[in-house]
Amino acid sequence: MAALTKEETEALIQEVLEIYPEQARKDRAKHLAVNDQSLEKSNKCITSNRKSLPGTMTIRGCAYAGSKGVVWGPIKDMIHISHGPVGCGQYSRAGRRNYYVGTTGVNAFGTRNFTSDFQEKDIVFGGDKKLAKIMTEIEALFPLHKGISIQSECPIGLIGDDIEAVAKKANKEIGKPVVPVRCEGFRGVSQSLGHHIANDAIRDWVLENRDGDDSFPTTPYDVAVIGDYNIGGDAWASRTLLEEMGLRVVAQWSGDGTIAEMEKTPKVKLNLIHCYRSMNYIARHMEEKYKIPWIEYNFFGPTKIAESLRKIAALFDETIQAGAERVIAKYQAEYEAVIAKYKPRLQGKRVMLYVGGLRPRHVIGAYEDLGMEVVGTGYEFGHNDDYDRTIKEMGNATLIYDDVTGYEFEEFVKRVKPDLIGSGIKEKYIFQKMGIPFRQMHSWDYSGPYHGYDGFAIFARDMDMTLNNPCWKQVNVPWKTADSSKVAVAAGA
Amino acid sequence: MPNVMLKKNTEGKLVFYVPKKDLEEVAESVEFDSPEKWGGEVVLSDGSTYYFEPQPQPDFPVTLRAKRLDSGE
Ligand code: SF4
Repeated sequence: MAALTKEETEALIQEVLEIYPEQARKDRAKHLAVNDQSLEKSNKCITSNRKSLPGTMTIRGCAYAGSKGVVWGPIKDMIHISHGPVGCGQYSRAGRRNYYVGTTGVNAFGTRNFTSDFQEKDIVFGGDKKLAKIMTEIEALFPLHKGISIQSECPIGLIGDDIEAVAKKANKEIGKPVVPVRCEGFRGVSQSLGHHIANDAIRDWVLENRDGDDSFPTTPYDVAVIGDYNIGGDAWASRTLLEEMGLRVVAQWSGDGTIAEMEKTPKVKLNLIHCYRSMNYIARHMEEKYKIPWIEYNFFGPTKIAESLRKIAALFDETIQAGAERVIAKYQAEYEAVIAKYKPRLQGKRVMLYVGGLRPRHVIGAYEDLGMEVVGTGYEFGHNDDYDRTIKEMGNATLIYDDVTGYEFEEFVKRVKPDLIGSGIKEKYIFQKMGIPFRQMHSWDYSGPYHGYDGFAIFARDMDMTLNNPCWKQVNVPWKTADSSKVAVAAGA
Repeated sequence: MPNVMLKKNTEGKLVFYVPKKDLEEVAESVEFDSPEKWGGEVVLSDGSTYYFEPQPQPDFPVTLRAKRLDSGE
């Protein structure tokens, strides 16, 4: 199917909006846009980071999810207490596939769920005593943990518990960092504020721990990888490239990360940011306080990898620059073979994305390396600075949707008819039932890594495996039968 | 009076960042820009103007309070 023109895309947005009551239509209109590469700033065309409309299906999470689930959770040698009722932690436990090395329950705790399991009496009388007791128990039962974080769930803020005081006391008692995080789910409009709160907690309770302590031997090539959560091993596939070019990765935030690495980060020479959305706050803080510059990079697909390696290397001396070229040359035969194999099978296929964090823009290059085209993209919880960075990556007249509702997404898909959709578990089965190949782009659909050259090979294979799977020919959906035009109109009405 | 994080980009231009607004802009002009006296009116590439109390040039990156001039804030 030919690409939609700018006018057609605009008309499509109008048509989809029609079903809403007036107020909702006005609000949602601000979140849907046709991409125009000539724009410098996204606020001219799209509004983001606003409260979702009641009554529409949003896919967003809460601030607790942003802090416990994203930023803090993967720090493997700390115990993260989901403070409050049991459900918030239990239903999100181990779902994010942040791989780590260690013995779970002994010196690593990534997939374990620790909770204060609030009962009615804790709500009525307060949970501070219980929290203090939990921490003493943790120290006795899991002596190899390196610290505790307290991840507040909604009730903590509502009943006004003083978790900071409990944390300070526990810190004296056990002699390890204890970090209270005020990430109650009701704060903010999405998980995004949770990232910010988590970053602030790192700033206030962790980063300064080794100020004035120079016992850690540094080199001119020390860097930290920030905002890589090691989904399916992503951070490992990234880290090897950096190390091969001669850099020393001192810290990994936070996939397969440790608190010691976080404490050492203020000693590095450069912070490398992969997920800008969730970690830019701390990078900006370190830039101001420790004068550590930071840059964003993108390790999806060979074009962007080479671009990023060169961009990183340009900030170091010639040995690193030569190192970057060496790394690119080393993997060239490998990635060219991947492209040679999969491009003919994927060429010209059109993709629609709807994810969070960095992926709505970062993976575009990887698809393009395979000859595919991204025709629609959007963020669950992006801000305008994310969309600023997206406009240039997307083609003209493509669709951009912010905090897209279930209804809008379905209608867009029916009309744009992409060959592949990349989004999350909540969207997966709807679109599969509509007969459209689908990949989960949060968890890599239980595959991965997708970062780095190693990851690209897996990415290409997965896309081919999904898109060209013979099962799609067996699915009969109304608009793929002979008289499809009529049905499409009926479906839109 | 927003808090503004200021830094120099690789081209040596001043970059303006207002965390609460996700506003990230390059400054087109700075009224006073010498080591002894820095500040005054700062015009951003999107046309908006901010005012900083003139002061000795700070050590960038740094967070300073600014007054927004063109919106009557
Ligand atoms: S919104 Fe509150 S209750 Fe719901 S998961 Fe988040 S922290 Fe838990």
